Amino acid sequence: MTNTIQPLSGWNHYPIQPCKIIRPERYRELQAQPSCIARGQGRSYGDAALNTKGAVLLTERLNRLLAFDKHAGILQAEAGITLAEILAVIVPHGWFLSVTPGTQFTSLGGCIAADVHGKNHHHAGSFGNFILNFELILAGNTRLICSPTENADAFWATIGGMGLTGIIGTATIKLMPLPSTQMAVKSIAAANLEQIFTLLADPVYDDTYTVAWIDTLATGSNLGKGIIMTAHHLPAGESITTVKTFNRKLTIPTICPDGLLNKYTSKLFNAFYYRQQLRNTITIVNYPQYFYPLDSIAHWNRLYGKKGFVQYQCVIPEQHSFVAIKALLEKLTQAGYPSFLGVLKRFGASNPGLLSFPMSGYTLALDIPLKDQALFHLLDALDAIVLQYAGRVYLAKDARLKPDIFRAMYPNYPHWLKQKQLLDPENHFTSSLAERLQIGY
Amino acid sequence: MEKKPILILGATSSIAQASAAAFARRGYPLYLAARDQEELTRIATDLSIRYEIPIFCGYFDAEAISVHQAFFTKVLTETQGLSGVVQVFGYLSATAPGKQQEEDLKTITINFTGAVSLLNLCADYFAQQQTGFIIGVSSVAGDRGRQSNYIYGAAKGALSLYLQGLRNKLYSQNVRVITIKPGFVDTRMMFGRPGIFLAASPDYIGERIARSIKTQRDIIYLPGFWRYIMLIIKLIPEKIFKRLNL
Repeated sequence: MTNTIQPLSGWNHYPIQPCKIIRPERYRELQAQPSCIARGQGRSYGDAALNTKGAVLLTERLNRLLAFDKHAGILQAEAGITLAEILAVIVPHGWFLSVTPGTQFTSLGGCIAADVHGKNHHHAGSFGNFILNFELILAGNTRLICSPTENADAFWATIGGMGLTGIIGTATIKLMPLPSTQMAVKSIAAANLEQIFTLLADPVYDDTYTVAWIDTLATGSNLGKGIIMTAHHLPAGESITTVKTFNRKLTIPTICPDGLLNKYTSKLFNAFYYRQQLRNTITIVNYPQYFYPLDSIAHWNRLYGKKGFVQYQCVIPEQHSFVAIKALLEKLTQAGYPSFLGVLKRFGASNPGLLSFPMSGYTLALDIPLKDQALFHLLDALDAIVLQYAGRVYLAKDARLKPDIFRAMYPNYPHWLKQKQLLDPENHFTSSLAERLQIGY
Repeated sequence: MEKKPILILGATSSIAQASAAAFARRGYPLYLAARDQEELTRIATDLSIRYEIPIFCGYFDAEAISVHQAFFTKVLTETQGLSGVVQVFGYLSATAPGKQQEEDLKTITINFTGAVSLLNLCADYFAQQQTGFIIGVSSVAGDRGRQSNYIYGAAKGALSLYLQGLRNKLYSQNVRVITIKPGFVDTRMMFGRPGIFLAASPDYIGERIARSIKTQRDIIYLPGFWRYIMLIIKLIPEKIFKRLNL
C-alpha cells in the first residue's frame, strides 16, 4: 500500500490540513497504524476525519455487501459503503434505512461513528439504535465483534465514538419496511419561535418525519419565523405516477467567489424559500427529493467559497429548549451573521452511546459562512448559552470547540475514556478533533 | 436467451471489480478468477447481492502456467460455456533493491507469458464456438519504451502485439478481440504517485470495458484522450526521445 500526503478537509472546507492518506483495497489491509483515523466519505463538518500526526485511512474501497436478508430486512456490509449504495439495493425489495441523515453520500462507518440522526429521531432514535453488530478493528489487528449483547461496552463506546475506539470494519443493520418510494409532505407556516415550539410539540401536527426550517434573519416579534415540514411514507397503493421529479444534476464549479452567500443573498433566499414551501400545502415527492434535496447539487459546499463554512449544531434538554434557542437566535441575529440553513427539530430519547450527540429535547443546526475570525467569538458565546442550559454541540459538525467546554457538555466522557483505554491503551486511534479536544488521553 | 458467463481473470483488482460490476449490471453471470480467495469471496458475495446474478469463483494464478489448462477446463465444466473473457491481471513491480532480475522476469511472466498461456486456451475455445469475445487489458506504457518502466512497458507492448495478431487470426471465426489501453487509473498501482490528477476512476474504466463489446472498436484508449497523448509520444523521433526524461 502506498501513501500520499495531501491537504484534506471535511465537507465544510475548514480546517484544511496536510494528512498522510492510506487507502486499503483489500479488507485484510484495513489495519491500525500507530496513529490513525478511519475516513469514509469525508462528510463530517470539521476535523473529525483528519489527522496531521499520523495516517488517515480511506475506507472508500471497502464497500462490499456481505449479506442481505430480504425477508427479515437485515443487511451486512463493509463500513466504507455509502448509504446511496445500500438504498440502491434495498429499496427495490421494499426496505429503507431506519434512520437516514440529510445526505446519502455518507459511509456506513461514518454514520455509526457519529451516531447520526434523521428527521424521525423523535420516534425512532438515532442510527446506532439499528446497528445489530459490527466488527471493530483494534491495534495489533485484533478484531472484535460488538453488539448490544456482545462486548456491549465497546459497542456503546463506538456508537458516536467518532472513530476513536478502533476502525469499524463491517456492520449489520436492521432496515425498516418501505410501503412505497413516495413521500407525502406537508408544510405549516409559523409566525415565530413560540408557534414553532407549540406546533412541534403538538401530536396533531406530528408525523413520521418532522422538522422545522427557521429564517435566522427574522428579528423582534418575528424571531424564529419558519415552516414546519412533516412527512410520511405514502402507503402502498396510494402512490401516484405524476410526481414532480428533479432529474437536473447541478454541479457547483471549483472556483466560486468568496462572499457569495452573504446577508443580502441569505435574505433573498429565505424570503423565496418561505414562499416556495408554502405554495403547496401537501405534495407527493419521491423519497430522494425529500430526504436528500442537497444531494442533487454536487459540491454544494463550494457555494461558500474558499474559506468554507462552519456548521453549528446543538441540542438543549426539553425543559430549557425554548429559552435557550431563543437566546441563541437573538445572539445570532444581533451579531448579524447570515445562516442559510436554520433547522430546528425535536429529539426523542437518547441511546446508551457514551459520546452520542442526541438527547431528549430540541436541536438547532446552523450553516454559517466563515468570513472572518470574529465568527469564532460568536460561536464561543453560543457555547456558553448551550452549556448554561445543559446542552451540547455535535462533534461531527464541530471544528472549534474547546476541551473544557467539551468535557462539560459530555458528562459521560470519563466513562467513555475508561472504555477507550481498555480498547486502545496506546491511543492508536486519534484525529485532529481528538487532539484539539484532548480526547483519549 | 440466457446469457452465458464472462470469465474475469485477475478479479480482485479494482479495474476488474468495476468491469465485473458493469457486466453484472448488464445481466451477465460471472466467473471470477484470482489468487486471493478471501477477497474473491467478498467480491462475489457483493456482486450477487447487488445484481442478483449467478457468480462462480475459482483460484487462478497467472504465473502457474502449467495448470492453466486444468483451470480452464474446470471453468468450462462449471459454467457450461462462456460468452467472453476479460483479462485484467497485471503486475507492476515495486522497486526492490537487489531483486531487479527476479522482479523483471516476474513482470514479463504475469503481464505477457501468463496472459498468452491462458488466452490461447480461450482463443481455441471461442474459435471452436464461432462466437465470443476476448478483452485484454494492456497499457499505454506498452506504446513506447521509457526508462521509468520499460520492463512493464515491454511486457504490455508484447501483449498488445499478441492481441493484435489474435484479432487478425480470429476475425474469420467471428470472435472479437479488444485491446484496452488505460492511461492513469486511480488504482493501487497509481495511488499516491504524481500525475494522479489525470487518473480515471476504475468505475469509468469498467463501464467502458463492458460497453466495448457493443462497439466496433478494436483498440480502445481509456480515457480517449490518451490516444492523442500516445500519438505525440510515438511521433517523437528516437534521436530526441532517447535524451528525454519521461
